[in-house]
Amino acid sequence: MRGVGIGGGALGTGLLEKNAGAGTTPASVVGPGAVPITLHINGKPVTLTVEPRVTLSNALREHLGMTGSKRVCDRGTCGGCTVIMNGKTVYSCSVLAIDAQGKNIETIEGLAAPGQLHPISQAFWNNDGQQCGYCTSGFVMAMKGFLDEHPNPTVEEVKHGLGGNLCRCGAYMGIRKAAMEAAKAIQQGGKHG
Amino acid sequence: MQAFEYANPSTLQEAVALLAPQRGQTDVLAGGTDLISLMKDYIHTPKRLVNIKNIQELEGIRASAGGLRIGALVTMDELARNAEVRASYKALADAAAGIPSPQIRHMGTVGGDLCQRPRCWYFRGGFGLLATDNGKPLVPDGENHYHAIFGGGPAYFVSASSLGPALVAMGARVKLVSAKGSREVAVKSFFVAPKDENTREIVLRPDEILSEILVPAPAVHSATYEVRQKEALDWPLAAASVALTMKGSVVAGAKVVMGHVAPIPWEAAAAEKALAGKTITAASAEAAGKAAVEDAQPLSRNAYKVQLASVAVKRALLEAVKGKA
Repeated sequence: MRGVGIGGGALGTGLLEKNAGAGTTPASVVGPGAVPITLHINGKPVTLTVEPRVTLSNALREHLGMTGSKRVCDRGTCGGCTVIMNGKTVYSCSVLAIDAQGKNIETIEGLAAPGQLHPISQAFWNNDGQQCGYCTSGFVMAMKGFLDEHPNPTVEEVKHGLGGNLCRCGAYMGIRKAAMEAAKAIQQGGKHG
Repeated sequence: MQAFEYANPSTLQEAVALLAPQRGQTDVLAGGTDLISLMKDYIHTPKRLVNIKNIQELEGIRASAGGLRIGALVTMDELARNAEVRASYKALADAAAGIPSPQIRHMGTVGGDLCQRPRCWYFRGGFGLLATDNGKPLVPDGENHYHAIFGGGPAYFVSASSLGPALVAMGARVKLVSAKGSREVAVKSFFVAPKDENTREIVLRPDEILSEILVPAPAVHSATYEVRQKEALDWPLAAASVALTMKGSVVAGAKVVMGHVAPIPWEAAAAEKALAGKTITAASAEAAGKAAVEDAQPLSRNAYKVQLASVAVKRALLEAVKGKA
């Protein structure tokens, strides 16, 4: 650790001490320029080059063309950007892409084969679980994360389990019905991504 | 968001060496639920971000006869689900479970809960901790619906920490580590109400990392009750955490701490005094709730919070003794 201490190289690197001459950059420091990273998305490794400030949400949408997760509030409040990381739902707008390396990332694009609907998506369809549709993919992923942990939920559990997602159209009643129907469909042997 | 260097240390020693002693140069990244938003709004513009999520020694909950050790990286979800915490440190489990968003509970860490910045919209809008414009305080005559009802300024934001009140009620401490060594600080002294714009709302120095929370062994019944406007993701309007030491059915010692009513977790000494020697009943809990807010100084638009805080104290007390002799 010598050489990266406060009096040593750590603050003599790049940005932190622009006018103080070059110090040695500790091996664990990268950026601010773009760096290559590898993400594991829907079971496949993908390599891209991004600045450390790029969020997972932006990496998916703008660098990889995967626009299923939405950017709505972009401040970790609305749930529109929800994806599943190592089995847990997260707001992808508040995760740095560089931090998502080594994690198993599930997005709505990987939920079902092209042209098919996952039981959760089908249940949204059946129960009018959406109006404008902007919150829908976030809700679908939040519901996937929730049902993975609570395969046989009560309506009350559904309410709390989806508390991290907002629908400004107010389609909550349809969304809750969809959750109950999807849980049943999955238990009865529907495909469970 | 301003560009920054990203450091990814795997030991605490390496991490603290990457932090600058001057404020504003470096920031510590854990769950990111607050910091990433602060950076998008240019409230924080660090030149280097030190990610601490890969530091194993900051993980884990360890319960022993001496108390509870909670690593800074423990998520709110892990805390809320931990069997030992739920059984013996209920006020903490209640507070963590109270966060209505699973996503925030999955991402947010206990260290981040204590170190998050105020949610005051003037602060988030760039008017500083004291929310002033050309020296004029904006809160007293402004949009102060969610601001403090205790403390009397000059800071009017409310501490956003969910765990702060419960940890103060339980007499917990935090360990703060820098390259020069470590120190332990009572959570009660960790939070400060700033008197000027250059003071932060917590005593953590820019080159320190909060590494763990230490909670003494529970000799108490405890609970947290939050009053919320809606069931989905939002901050509470008022909250209370209580920790009771009982002698039979009588209160031998009470700690009553309110949240979201002041720039710091607010200790209600009058309520604690009102409870001494009493059994907890609907009447004694309500009287304690009233005592807790007798010194409240609401602003122009938040007098409604006085009643909510009083009710939070009452309900936390009743919850703490529920199902217990």
